[in-house]
Amino acid sequence: MRVNFTVNGVEQTADDVWEGESLLYVLRERVGLPGSKNACEQGECGSCTVYLDGTPVCACLVAAGQAEGREVRTVEGLADGERLDPIQEAFVECGAVQCGFCTPGLLVQAHDLIERVPEPSDPEIREALAGNLCRCTGYEKILDAVRLAAARKAEAGR
Amino acid sequence: MRPFAYRRPADARAAVEAALDAPRAMYLGGGTNLVDLMRLGVAEPDLLVDVAGLPYDTIRETGDGGLEIGGAVRNSDLAAHPAVRRDRPMLAQALLSAASGQIRNAATVAGNLLQRTRCAYFQDVSKPCNKRIPGSGCPAIEGDHYNLAILGHSAHCVATHPSDMAVALTAFGAAVHVEGPGGRREIGMPGLHRLPGDRPEVDTVLDPGDLITGLTVRPLPFAARSRYRKVRERASFAFALVSVAAALDVEDGTVRDCRVALGGVAHAPWRAERLEEALRGRPATEGSYAEAADAELDLAEPLRDNAYKIPLARKVIVRTLAELGG
Repeated sequence: MRVNFTVNGVEQTADDVWEGESLLYVLRERVGLPGSKNACEQGECGSCTVYLDGTPVCACLVAAGQAEGREVRTVEGLADGERLDPIQEAFVECGAVQCGFCTPGLLVQAHDLIERVPEPSDPEIREALAGNLCRCTGYEKILDAVRLAAARKAEAGR
Repeated sequence: MRPFAYRRPADARAAVEAALDAPRAMYLGGGTNLVDLMRLGVAEPDLLVDVAGLPYDTIRETGDGGLEIGGAVRNSDLAAHPAVRRDRPMLAQALLSAASGQIRNAATVAGNLLQRTRCAYFQDVSKPCNKRIPGSGCPAIEGDHYNLAILGHSAHCVATHPSDMAVALTAFGAAVHVEGPGGRREIGMPGLHRLPGDRPEVDTVLDPGDLITGLTVRPLPFAARSRYRKVRERASFAFALVSVAAALDVEDGTVRDCRVALGGVAHAPWRAERLEEALRGRPATEGSYAEAADAELDLAEPLRDNAYKIPLARKVIVRTLAELGG
């Protein structure tokens, strides 16, 4: 089947999509956007988190057909050209990346949090990231990065 | 994964007709359980009827203080609704404890009710399972069952229902709206989910083609004092070992009314009717709560490795009621 959808602001058509494919597979293998990672395939690890119509979901649990006519924003769509999004800059500065496999999902989920909640408390950050598993960092530097990005965003808004 | 067709009907009627077109048609909500089950080979629909886009995605407060909740409402939106947070905290807490933000953003209310058990044997197609292949046997009875049922199970199935939201809705006695081949009808909770008996492959009383379009939660003013507590092995991506949804109405130190339902203990969300009956009119004390809990848990028939759930449920019930009632 053919799937027409918008990815990072660009209209895309994917042909010869098998109904059983996930949105994640379509993004990685047909649209050429491998940023979203394929790990647990059951919605546990959050590595495949993308925006679907503005809301973060696990792309591994979205059937390809469900994406028809909808808007997807992946981790590749966070930066403005060469300019990183503040959440990406904060991850770099805080050293919130080790092996990097969980990073794309964490970036999208953290990006959504600080868009919705201007100055998130630690429990709010923990709750927002509860669906993203990282096996390297112990999360401390990830929390630092989210706090930093949120503080800068709040500062810029004042 | 087997090939299947995919359709997006325009309305509920068309959805029901489409679902009757194929022998193994299934409705698709958010996909957070069904897409996973298809990948595992547990679910093998020949047709997916995508109903997530049907116009049942609103939450409406009725004039009398009740709520009408569309079947396609996302779990995140229901948990965040002011009338849920303010007047029905046990429902908001159940939804928030159920899954991560990403899952709640995709999962629908109807799909949440109809999710399948997470029993390890059900999810492993290399193992027998009466729920997956009727008559193939239940290895869980003698095998790995520490997290399975203590109430209402049968010689054919000891699985538990995984939903947290359904436990809170069962405490409320919510009414489920169904559009089916024979027209519309309502099913009260408990009553949607069945106990396994000798047909564990059948989770609910729904017939082929039946579509859940929404729910009514009637007003229950004392549920403003309510709570959902879930005991699990870790705080993310884990299902309840035991959970309790409880609302308590106390006046002058006496329990005037109460609602209690249990999760993680049976094939269906378990309304603790004996407990409620034993508690009404009694002093709001820990002693009363414990006696009432025992009245319910006397029904329990633990398996070899899950008797721990009885004292665990008792403690969770008593502590939750004590926090609500003082």
